[in-house]
Amino acid sequence: MKRSSTFLSVSAATGFVFLYAPIVALIIYSFNKSKLVTVWGGWSLKWYTELFKNDQIIDAALVSVKIAVISATLAVVLGTLAGFVLTRFGRFRGKMILSGWTTAPLVMPEVITGLSLLLLFVAMEGMFGWPAGRGTGTVIIAHTTFCLAYVAVIVQSRLISLDETLEEAAMDLGARPASLFFLVTLPLIAPALVSGWLLSFTLSLDDLVIASFVSGPGDSTLPMVIFSKVRLGVSPEVNALATLMILTVAVGVIAAVFQMRRQHRSQEIQE
Amino acid sequence: MSIISESARATGPTLRARILKRLGQIRGGRYAVISIPGLWLAVFFFIPFLVVFKISLAETAIAIPPYTSLFEFDLEEAMLDISINLGNYRYLFEDDFYLSAYLNSVKIAAISTFFTLLIGFPMAYLIARSHGATRTLLLSLVILPFWTSFLLRVYAWMGILQKNGIVNDFLMSIGLIDTPLTILQTDVAVYIGIVYTYLPFMVLPLYTALEKLDGALLEAAEDLGCKPAQTFFLITLPLSLPGVVAGCLLVFIPAVGEFVIPALLGGSDTLMIGRVLWDEFFLSRDWPMASAVATVMLIVLVLPIMLIRNNAEKQGESS
Repeated sequence: MKRSSTFLSVSAATGFVFLYAPIVALIIYSFNKSKLVTVWGGWSLKWYTELFKNDQIIDAALVSVKIAVISATLAVVLGTLAGFVLTRFGRFRGKMILSGWTTAPLVMPEVITGLSLLLLFVAMEGMFGWPAGRGTGTVIIAHTTFCLAYVAVIVQSRLISLDETLEEAAMDLGARPASLFFLVTLPLIAPALVSGWLLSFTLSLDDLVIASFVSGPGDSTLPMVIFSKVRLGVSPEVNALATLMILTVAVGVIAAVFQMRRQHRSQEIQE
Repeated sequence: MSIISESARATGPTLRARILKRLGQIRGGRYAVISIPGLWLAVFFFIPFLVVFKISLAETAIAIPPYTSLFEFDLEEAMLDISINLGNYRYLFEDDFYLSAYLNSVKIAAISTFFTLLIGFPMAYLIARSHGATRTLLLSLVILPFWTSFLLRVYAWMGILQKNGIVNDFLMSIGLIDTPLTILQTDVAVYIGIVYTYLPFMVLPLYTALEKLDGALLEAAEDLGCKPAQTFFLITLPLSLPGVVAGCLLVFIPAVGEFVIPALLGGSDTLMIGRVLWDEFFLSRDWPMASAVATVMLIVLVLPIMLIRNNAEKQGESS
């Protein structure tokens, strides 16, 4: 028994090292002075200053953040509605279809989603004249669609685990469905909405394939610029950029964990 | 009065039924709410597949958009011309290139899924057996990479695997090899990339399944003389099967159509269908052929996608 638990710890530890070693290597090499990325030439912040001088990357980052904010917000609205409908509306005609449409985008290969949306936009432009050309607008629609699915899943699991008595009480006190939703259900699932928004934001910020299909010629997103830079080889500027993005996320997630812990503890004290 | 009498009943109708009743009072209220996400998904998720199918039956043309239309109205003779071109599909099945791209994608995805399971299972098991703060920490360690850029995590491996990269430097410095190994731009690099980026998708469903596992069953098995390996294959594995299935499907399905990983880590001879589709579209600008490739890929993946839904529903019912 003892031996099997050592085996377990060692193999699990290998897994965790595997998960983090590349990220650590990337961060260390972003401080490398040498232009030859893998030859160590001493510590330096050179590539960070280069990064901030690169207008192409900065512009693309701004475009990407704008797209991510708008599509995450739209995805939260639509995804919450989808999740609410699927868990609180019982059986209705087309429920199977709706639940299929909200789970399928999660696993759909991106090349298929990207191609199909592009062809839709082109066909719609031919028929109705909208959307006129492609650009940030079409990327926002595409990102909203696949992020919506993630939000719906998060909201659904939160609603399933939610105690229904509070909602019951509100109905007993005569709340209409709309006020029930906005005054009772929505505040209760607020943490799920926050994580849904954040997840959508990062997914949108990260998407290369779908954006490449549906964006216009002038609107390159950050992943598109990164991809064209690294396609031919490792780039020290991208290492610096990656480090900044990874550290931002790490700080955000750690802060969120601490915040949740503090709330958890204060709740326990109150009880 | 009615409010009091309603709440006084010990077993009233369910919340669900009551929301529905109230919504039913507003005419069409219920379907108005359903139709908001429903219409969005119909227009931007479902209809696009029909468009892909339609264009896969067209022919390429030097025009904007670059394909022929299927329906042609002839006003003078009041005739509707329908021209369906099955040539793309015939080409798809006659040319070995596409067939081997499909087979190779499925093979690469299946092998990577197996290794992801092999690495992910001990991790999930350890997390499920740990408690309190340790469990939270380990779980966040699995989830954290999920929040960082997929593209950048694939990119990180380029610096590790290339000729003068970290792996080769290390192996040469300890004297295991004399000349650097070629790992980047081979299928091996693609396997590493897929296993690495999809690992959290495997660990999380496995953890969910293993967490529910009753420890008493394992103790009982041990008391009755089961060896650890026997306990594992007779109890742990069968009981965590829904998690295994969910994890494998979550890795396998997107891996089949993967583009970024073979494009950055694979060689020019790493044939994967996602990359073939990308090249048909962006390099050859053959939209109908790209659509035919997508249609067939979708048909290959329909079964696993349905499986994942049924699996999720079964888990939802049991909990």
